[in-house]
Amino acid sequence: MQRYSGFGLVKHALSHHENWQRQWRNPVPKKQYDVIIVGGGGHGLATAYYLAKEFGVKNVAVIEKGWLGGGNTARNTTIVRSNYLWDEAAALYEHSMKLWEGLSQDLNYNVMFSQRGVLNLGHTLQDMRDIQRRVNANRLNGIDGEVLDAKGVQALVPIMDCSKNARYPVLGASWQPRAGVARHDAVAWGFARAADAHGVDILQQTEVTGFKIRDGQIHGVHTNRGDIEAKTVGCVTAGNSGVLAKMAGIKLPLESHPLQALVSEPIKPVLDTVVMSNHVHGYISQSDKGDLVIGAGIDGYNGYGQRGSYPTIEHTLQAIVEMFPIFSRVRMNRQWGGIVDTCPDACPILSKTRVKGLYFNCGWGTGGFKATPGSGHVFAASLAKGEMHSIAAPFSIDRFHTGALVDEHGAAGVAH
Amino acid sequence: MFNIHCPYCGELREEEEFHPKGQAHIARPADPAACTDEEWGDYLFFRDNPRGIHHELWVHAVGCRKFFNITRHTVSYEILETYKMGEQPSFTAEYPQGGSDAAAMHPAQVAQQAGVHA
Repeated sequence: MQRYSGFGLVKHALSHHENWQRQWRNPVPKKQYDVIIVGGGGHGLATAYYLAKEFGVKNVAVIEKGWLGGGNTARNTTIVRSNYLWDEAAALYEHSMKLWEGLSQDLNYNVMFSQRGVLNLGHTLQDMRDIQRRVNANRLNGIDGEVLDAKGVQALVPIMDCSKNARYPVLGASWQPRAGVARHDAVAWGFARAADAHGVDILQQTEVTGFKIRDGQIHGVHTNRGDIEAKTVGCVTAGNSGVLAKMAGIKLPLESHPLQALVSEPIKPVLDTVVMSNHVHGYISQSDKGDLVIGAGIDGYNGYGQRGSYPTIEHTLQAIVEMFPIFSRVRMNRQWGGIVDTCPDACPILSKTRVKGLYFNCGWGTGGFKATPGSGHVFAASLAKGEMHSIAAPFSIDRFHTGALVDEHGAAGVAH
Repeated sequence: MFNIHCPYCGELREEEEFHPKGQAHIARPADPAACTDEEWGDYLFFRDNPRGIHHELWVHAVGCRKFFNITRHTVSYEILETYKMGEQPSFTAEYPQGGSDAAAMHPAQVAQQAGVHA
């Protein structure tokens, strides 16, 4: 792998930037791999990268039916935080946060991780009680967090309407200074390039059409480019997990919903942090380019259409404009939807299945992007050792029958 | 924006008057106390999530406030039919063009069809 550096930039300028190496190869599928990862989004690529780099499993394929990061990885609103309520979830997201903090160096790829802080607003007394409980739980788990009152929020975000007469009065917020945003497609590309450098085969436009299962053991996958064998297969396919599970004769407690986001035309810098409000289903940040990145709630019905409904856009934008009257004349540039696989307890599934050697990493719902490195890391550890990593273990699919749910509806909300 | 035909009001109304309430035709176990953990967990949490024809429960929340069913395609979002509670769909995974004789079936049999099965 050609390393990126300031010196390299100057050197390549001399040849008009025409001789940069391709970031990853486009290999022909081999007949057999040690591990197959189905799904070339952020989580799948991260899994492959950590498998090759930390767990010594180099004979790995990532199978992607479209192109890299063409799904939710490049459709989210790029928010990274770890202020979750329960110990199990906090451990998982904080593990991820620690990896984010060194990720650009580790991958030699600028993922533009910017720790600009995240505010979760409280609009009612009950919101504020929940925020206090969550921040206290965070601090006990060693995760940074503060409870701010309305004055504190106003000081951080002068353009927000924090007056008493606002339609959604701001009573306060939880504030995680280490949280922030990252550039989502750079995350997919960075992991892909680094995984490729460790020998991982990334097979794009290769669709899994079935699993080879004999005597309760996975033996590989059928694809539109022929059969590929492996004794360990990890499925990391977000909204399409249910469809894949059905091919293996497994049912997952997931429902796929469209979740949408939109960006405005670029404007001058006015918002240097991330503001989220679960109560009114709106969240907003400003990208380095200047456009406002706005996220909405999910559509209530099941859907695989990768587009959202107009009532949801209207609902979100009216909330944003109530909170930020200054944005009332900003025009929206683009709008899109991704398919999120929501789980009944708003926590992911990282699990073995009835089929030996077949693992699922799914159910991240509306909040998977922030977990990309951590999810990949613990899932890779589990695939390499054949035993679920201690951080991943509480997220087994068994919890829907034992009743040991990890209810994160409060911290997960809608927003990401 | 969906235009949804409420089978009780007999009118096409806009999506915002309605709320989706998840998968339709889920039968509550007759004797919950006799269920195994597996059966009870399946009933509570496991839903069909098809890429294709889906039967869903909706409520006309700011209209007549009645619950009813919709058969809808989850990729094209096309609404194939709406029908009252207690009625059976004529569009199913086996009969994507409609004309299922489901309506003549016993309700217990209908719940066993693929695409309807809870």
